[in-house]
Amino acid sequence: MIEYANVWLSLGDRLILKDVSFSVQPGETRVILGGSGSGKTTLLRLALGLYRPDKGTITVVGQDITGLRERDLFQVRQQMAMVFQDAALFDSLSVRENVGYRLWEQGLLSDEEIEQKALESLRFVGLDDILDKMPAELSGGMRKRVGIARALASGAKTLLYDEPTAGLDPINTCVIGRLILRLKTMGVTQVVVTHDLDTAYRVADRMILIIKGRLAFDGTPDELRACDQPAVREFLDPSSMPSEWTPSPNSNGISDEPLLRSIASPRSVS
Amino acid sequence: MPKDGVVMPTSLNLTARFFDLLLIVQEFTILSVQTVAGLVRPPWYLREIMLQLDRIGVGSLFIVMLTGLFTGMVLALQGAVQLEPYGATMYVSRLISESVVRELGPVLAALMIAGRVGTGIASEIASMQVTEQIDALRAEGTDPIKKLATTRLAACLIMIPLLTIITNCIAILGGWLVARLYLAIDSYFYWTWAFEAIQLDDIVQGLVKPLVFGFIIAMVSCYAGFSTKGGTAGVGVSTTQSMVYSSILILASDFLITKFFMAFA
Ligand SMILES: Nc1ncnc2c1ncn2[C@@H]1O[C@H](COP(=O)(O)OP(=O)(O)OP(=O)(O)O)[C@@H](O)[C@H]1O
Ligand SMILES: [Mg+2]
Repeated sequence: MIEYANVWLSLGDRLILKDVSFSVQPGETRVILGGSGSGKTTLLRLALGLYRPDKGTITVVGQDITGLRERDLFQVRQQMAMVFQDAALFDSLSVRENVGYRLWEQGLLSDEEIEQKALESLRFVGLDDILDKMPAELSGGMRKRVGIARALASGAKTLLYDEPTAGLDPINTCVIGRLILRLKTMGVTQVVVTHDLDTAYRVADRMILIIKGRLAFDGTPDELRACDQPAVREFLDPSSMPSEWTPSPNSNGISDEPLLRSIASPRSVS
Repeated sequence: MPKDGVVMPTSLNLTARFFDLLLIVQEFTILSVQTVAGLVRPPWYLREIMLQLDRIGVGSLFIVMLTGLFTGMVLALQGAVQLEPYGATMYVSRLISESVVRELGPVLAALMIAGRVGTGIASEIASMQVTEQIDALRAEGTDPIKKLATTRLAACLIMIPLLTIITNCIAILGGWLVARLYLAIDSYFYWTWAFEAIQLDDIVQGLVKPLVFGFIIAMVSCYAGFSTKGGTAGVGVSTTQSMVYSSILILASDFLITKFFMAFA
């Protein structure tokens, strides 16, 4: 369905992805795990052709999209829908118009049918009472859920979620988790980027773990649980590491004592 | 960053800036070509065009009318002073209508519209860029250039000539007010000479200019918006740039068009 083959990518002057290869099979739910800034969002954007790899190829439904012109990419993108990390709702459109956007653009359905679909999708995320609100009037979590509704309403056969449950309360997290599970049983291809390990284990057919732009793990949830590579263990369960261990993001040898002391001291240090 | 400026030798810096400029010109040209190509290939997003026509046209009507009014009034006052020594004050309408139709109407209207509409376009597209809405559009299978740039270009090409014509009329009317109230010029005389003075090539020039200015305003603003980098701070930078560069290009192209018409008229 989606296949990454030896993908390298740099943005600005930084190398973001280093030789990443994995594939998403049709009907499979793939979870992408990885630390903050490791390149997960970048992977999703590559699948949509929003970025082009420096080296390597990306294949979507048997078609190599690496060299496609933007005009031809629009066709490929119609088969997919993405839930953006910050929702990326269209500010100038109401919730209803946001959710029905793609159907409206395609012009294949009548206005009533589009309305109906938008309403159904919003009901799914528990927001069918805010149809006429504008994105600026919504909370972060509501925006996120409208973003999910927009992806659902699009009718796309492949769904890409960028942290669909980040910033949601436990109930909505559970609702979204269930939604992904249900779509999974219906055979929809899904790629889920998440930090939420519970949801990840629950919904994944297979998972990958990206650490600093490199593929550190590729396999089933059970294989991940059993994996004993130190880097993988560190990611999955940082609290189980020995106490002299410092997490790698700030293991640069500079002491953070002065900063913490300055916060804790009764009189502020000027 | 200032560090680069200090560390780099000036010559290298200049070369680098020159290549930056070349890159901008190249990107601008590509965007313009794609935007214009969008005019002839469906989909046309008529609803979006209508919305933009309304925003650009109706929204700018009031300011261009005020611009026209005061320009005409000032021209009448100043023109009268210039013509007085020759005893030609009553021909002031000639001076007003000619200079307004050829130069002041198009240029002043365009500058006002660049300030009002151009910055609006730039900041809207820029904020869409930094909040990933442009990418969301692409992800939905919509061509953002067509949807955002082509529609705005079409609206500018339609509305700016119209607004310019309105500005011209109001300016000549403003001149008439002053002529009546302060200069005691006969109305019939004023209007006869106002129309008499306008030749066909003035009208052509007066319509070519707003078309070119409309293109400049739409494309510079869209380019500034799409090329925004660096979060919300970048939105401010793009907005300012759109105003500065479209004003400079409007004035420079005004000179070139005038020169062109003089060579052929
Ligand atoms: N436009 C850009 N220009 C330069 N660098 C970028 C750009 N976008 C992202 N990056 C860098 O690419 C790296 C990966 O970014 P990405 O957004 O893919 O991370 P992520 O894994 O999604 O992180 P998070 O979990 O925090 O969302 C980051 O280190 C980021 O600094
Ligand atoms: Mg991300």
